[in-house]
Amino acid sequence: MLKINCPVCGNRDETEFSCGGEAHIARPIADNKLTDTAFSEYLFMRDNPKGVFLERWCHTSGCRRWFNLARDTISHEIIEIYPMGQMPKTAKGKKAYQANWRRKSKAEAASKPAKRNIK
Amino acid sequence: MANTDLDRGSRVLTQKSKRYSIFSLARNAASYHQNWQQAWRHAEPKPAYDAVIIGGGGHGLASAYYLASIHGMTNIAVIEKGWLGGGNTGRNTTIIRSNYMWDESAGIYEHALKLWEGLSQDLNFNVMFSQRGVLTITHSEHELKGMSRRVHAIRLNGIDSDILTPAEIKKRVPTINISPDNRYPVMGGFLQKRGGTARHDAVAWGYARAADDLGVDIIQNCEVTGLRRNGGQITGIETSKGFIKTPKVGCVVAGHSSVLADMANIRLPIASRPLQALVSEPIKPILDTVIMSNAVHMYISQSDKGEMVLGAGVDKYNSYAQTGSWPIPEHMVAAAVDLFPFLSRLRMLRQWGGIVDTCPDASPIISKTDIKGLYFNCGWGTGGFKSTPGSGHVFANLIAHDRPNSIALPYSLKRFETGYLIDEHGAAGVAH
Repeated sequence: MLKINCPVCGNRDETEFSCGGEAHIARPIADNKLTDTAFSEYLFMRDNPKGVFLERWCHTSGCRRWFNLARDTISHEIIEIYPMGQMPKTAKGKKAYQANWRRKSKAEAASKPAKRNIK
Repeated sequence: MANTDLDRGSRVLTQKSKRYSIFSLARNAASYHQNWQQAWRHAEPKPAYDAVIIGGGGHGLASAYYLASIHGMTNIAVIEKGWLGGGNTGRNTTIIRSNYMWDESAGIYEHALKLWEGLSQDLNFNVMFSQRGVLTITHSEHELKGMSRRVHAIRLNGIDSDILTPAEIKKRVPTINISPDNRYPVMGGFLQKRGGTARHDAVAWGYARAADDLGVDIIQNCEVTGLRRNGGQITGIETSKGFIKTPKVGCVVAGHSSVLADMANIRLPIASRPLQALVSEPIKPILDTVIMSNAVHMYISQSDKGEMVLGAGVDKYNSYAQTGSWPIPEHMVAAAVDLFPFLSRLRMLRQWGGIVDTCPDASPIISKTDIKGLYFNCGWGTGGFKSTPGSGHVFANLIAHDRPNSIALPYSLKRFETGYLIDEHGAAGVAH
C-alpha cells in the first residue's frame, strides 16, 4: 500500500488516487507534419522502465488535482513528488527525465510551437 | 473437431527409453525411482546459434519446441535469466478458453485451444489439461445484452459458447449464490465447455523436455544485457555468460519486454503491471467449473489439490516487484464471498504476483520489428497462459519464415500506427 503525499491534502493511502501513467507526454501541436509512426509514439508508445519512473497521479478521492511523482518500479520507493507542469528536482528524477527516449522523439519536438516573428 | 491441417510438431522422444508410459513407470518403480532420466540438460551457451529465444517461460519454450519440431531449426537456444517457467508461467491462475469477441482473437485463441487438445500426447508429458468448462457470469441487463452479442460472435467463428439461465448455472454450480438480493445478482452467464485449466508448471516442463530432446539448448541463469546489431540486422546477444552470435532473436519476456526493447531502441506501447493471485487451503471437491465474473470482478477455480485459486484485476500502477498491493485481493475476496459464501470460511494460504505486459487494446504483439531478425512476442497482458501453445506455434512460424501467417498478421506492432487495434478489454475479463 503506497502512502502518497498529495501536495494539496497531505499523506494518503494509494486507494485515494488514480495513476495516469507516464508523465511529461506533450501533445504535438495541431499543425504538425508528423508521420503515423511518429504520431503513434505520442499516442500509444510508452516508457516502461524497470527502475525510476516519472508518473502523473490524480487525487481522485480528495482534491482531484494532478501532480507528478518519481517512483522506483522495483522497490516502489517514492523519490519525489512535484507539481504538474514542473520538472523533477532530485538527481534520480532528472536522470529519468533525460534518459527517456521520448525526449528525442519527433512527437515531442512537434509539441513546441515554432518561434514566430512578431513585429 | 480436430484440424488435420494443423502441424502439431509431435515428433518427440523417439528414444523409447525416454518416453513416459505405464511401462516406464513400472520399470522405474522396480528400481526405486532412482533411474529417471533428467528431463532436460543444463546446457551452457555455444558461441553461435541459428536462432535464440529470449525468455524461458511457456511461450518461449513453446516457440523453441515448434521451431525445432516443425521448422527443423534445432541449432537454437532458449536463454532464461532466472529458472525456466519462473515468471508469469508459474504465477497465473491457469485458465484456458478461446471465447474472445473479434475474428482476429478467435483466430489465435482457438488455435491455441486446438493445440491444448492433445498437447499432453504431443509432448509425452501430462500437462493436466482439464476441459471442465469456463462460465462467465453476467449481473445486469446491460451485461446480458453484451453477452448475447459476444456469444453470437463467438459461435459465428465456429467456437462453442452456450448461454445459461441462473437456474441452469445453479444446477451446474451448486455452491453459487444466485439470490436476487445480491448487490450484483446473477442474471445469466455464458459457458465454453471446451475451456478449463491446466497445470501451468507442467506446460513449461513439457515443452522444455520436448525441445531439449530435439537438441535445443535451454540455458538458465543467463541474463541478456544487450542486443547487438550491424546496421539494420541483429547479429547477436550480449549476455551474462558472454556474447552469442545469431541472426534471429525472438523476445518472449512478458513484463520485461520494454527492458529488452530499449536495448534495441524499439518502442512498445506496453505497461508492466502486477497481476495477483490467491490460493486457499485445500478442501474437498466443491467446484468443478471455472467461474469468471467481470462486474463482481473475480475468477475462481479449484485445483486438483483442492485449493481455491482466485484472481482479479491488475494493480493500477506499473511494477516489476512481482507482489502487487493489498487492496486488490481484499476487493476481490469481498466480491468472491458475495458469489460463493462458503469462501468466507476459508483461510488464504498464499498470495503472489506476476508482471503482466498490458497493451492499450488488451491484445498481444506478435511482430517483426524495424530490425531484421529481431522479433517480439509480448503484450499478452493478463491473457498469456491460455494462449501458450498457439503463441509459440505462430511465433515459431514467424521466426522461421520471417513473415507472419494469417493468425499472427493482425498482431503486428504496426497496428498502433494504422489504428487497427483489436480491443478485447471485455473478453480479457480482467480490469486494466
